Amino acid sequence: MGVDRRGFLKIAGISALLGLGGKTAIDFFAPGDLEASMDAVPLTEGKRWAMVIDMQKMDEEMMDKCIEACHSEHNVPDLGNPKDEVKWLFKEEYEHTFPGQKHDYIGDEVKHKNFLLLCNHCSNPPCCRVCPTKATWQRKDGVVMMDQHRCIGCRFCMAACPFGARSFNWGDPRKAPKELNPDFPTNLGYPTREKGVVEKCTFCAERIAKGQLPACVEAANEIKENVLTFGDLADPDSGVRAILRKHYTIRRKPELGTEPNIFYIV
Amino acid sequence: MLDRAVTGSQKYWGWLIFLLILMGIGFACYLYQFKVGLKITGMSRDVSWGFYIGQLTYFVGVAAGGVMVVLPYYLHDYKAFGRITILGEFLAVASVVMCGLFVMVDLGNLPRMINIMIYPNPTSILFWDMIVLNVYMLLNIVIGWNVLSAERKGISYQKWVKVLIYISIPWAFSIHTVTAFLYAGIPGRHFWLTAIMAARFLSSAFASGPALLILLCLIVRKVSKFDPGKEQIRTLGGIVTYAFILNMFFLLLEVFTAFYSQIPGHMHSFIYLFWGLEGHGSVLAPWMWASVAFAVVALALLIVPATRRREDILAVGCAAVIASTWIDKGFGLVIGGFIPNPFERVFEYWPTVPEVLISVGVWATGFFILSVLYKIVVSVKEEVAA
Repeated sequence: MGVDRRGFLKIAGISALLGLGGKTAIDFFAPGDLEASMDAVPLTEGKRWAMVIDMQKMDEEMMDKCIEACHSEHNVPDLGNPKDEVKWLFKEEYEHTFPGQKHDYIGDEVKHKNFLLLCNHCSNPPCCRVCPTKATWQRKDGVVMMDQHRCIGCRFCMAACPFGARSFNWGDPRKAPKELNPDFPTNLGYPTREKGVVEKCTFCAERIAKGQLPACVEAANEIKENVLTFGDLADPDSGVRAILRKHYTIRRKPELGTEPNIFYIV
Repeated sequence: MLDRAVTGSQKYWGWLIFLLILMGIGFACYLYQFKVGLKITGMSRDVSWGFYIGQLTYFVGVAAGGVMVVLPYYLHDYKAFGRITILGEFLAVASVVMCGLFVMVDLGNLPRMINIMIYPNPTSILFWDMIVLNVYMLLNIVIGWNVLSAERKGISYQKWVKVLIYISIPWAFSIHTVTAFLYAGIPGRHFWLTAIMAARFLSSAFASGPALLILLCLIVRKVSKFDPGKEQIRTLGGIVTYAFILNMFFLLLEVFTAFYSQIPGHMHSFIYLFWGLEGHGSVLAPWMWASVAFAVVALALLIVPATRRREDILAVGCAAVIASTWIDKGFGLVIGGFIPNPFERVFEYWPTVPEVLISVGVWATGFFILSVLYKIVVSVKEEVAA
């Protein structure tokens, strides 16, 4: 049974009296019910979401646009401090993106060329394996999802991720410097986070649920089509499968067996 | 028996008040961290675990080390240790309390800790670590308390206590094995991804736990009428020696595999820890070399029977063992695993003042509990002897 309006208000009332709030309260009084009613939200039809990034067509400006779109969609503040930085979508140089591939004779241009990085939404994700509360888990459609409102902030997932895709809120994101974030929260439709929890790219689960492309893909498409391609690996007729058939692509650290689902055309 | 904890000399009370002050300072710093967030620590996006988790790891070892007095007594009927098993058990209790506190101060959102129970994830090693540590603590409290009460009344303890004792022996091995699995099963952190991690953890535990116990025995002898015994301390010294030799041997095995294979990922953390990497010096290097120096001193003093058998020199050797393993495990092992980061970039870590003060507060809490428990033990032992 799901939580209906009446039931929800009842729980909310009791919880307020007890000083509990939000999802925690519902989990406490009616465990499982909220998940059940969340299941009713139509899941996207994909079975293995993936992305191909064509680095031959990608440029700095486009990467910046994608990052901006992502971070404003998800209320990721600029903290003005690299130590505490939160990043869902970010840039890193070739030699650091593929550290196993570097050698002494790569031209400087390639060596320092920036790549666009995000969570790999691995098919065999170590982060989900280590999470003590299932605050991060793999959905049926392959998205490695993150519940920032369940996370206890143990940071085991950050140790387990071989791709540095996870960020921790070392401070309170809602108290990010105003001068750097004049209109935070940038998206009122997306929750802001507390301090002390881990977050990362969710493949825009909230957008694909509505049949929209991830924010970064949409931003890239506005500049040039087919640079970021998002699609279902399980569907042989999907765009991503067509590109993977045609082009030579590489993934980050495939030798670790996590099966990353972000592919790069280099 | 609890009443024995509240009757004591002025020195005893002074010591407890001193610890309470440290606990108060640590707690105040924790409130500050709780309010502002973990950004007050030296930890970062790249080194996401630091001093707290290092200390957790170290004290799980001390807790497990307590079994080195329990095992010879109960499994090998080595009678001499009967006098001091209780000291090993209560040291384990205080250590596990510190472990729990170090985990708690490290959490980003402490009130949500209950989620580990509400949404347990059996594939998470942290979930199992929580279980084995809590059960180990309970076992030691129940066993220690019952055995001591029986001793006080001059009777032998009930049979079911013996069952718990037999369970507690393999359980001690389990706590440090599971703690090693926190690290040893993670892909992409080469420094930790080694099958010998659990063995290394156990060997360093069986060196550092009994080493601390020897120092505690010497203190107990000094401040009370209860003498843990010459033979007991001598045997413990032998155990520390063997375990520490094994610990250094295992460490050298790691060094061999890394540097003979020449696989960069396996060498990087070692190079960072001792020399610095890619043009970055290492803030940890002086500490790591100090750890090596302490190890050399400890080995020299402990291996030579003439020095090991002199209690004052044994004490120095034990202090060197504790210093060496504390730096290696409480500091280098955890932080070294994060440097270089997954992008093979070097971002260093150094604890901040509030971070250290919070840790001091946790140590003070552990030593407060240890002092109270040892006070009870000593009072009972004095009473029985009288």
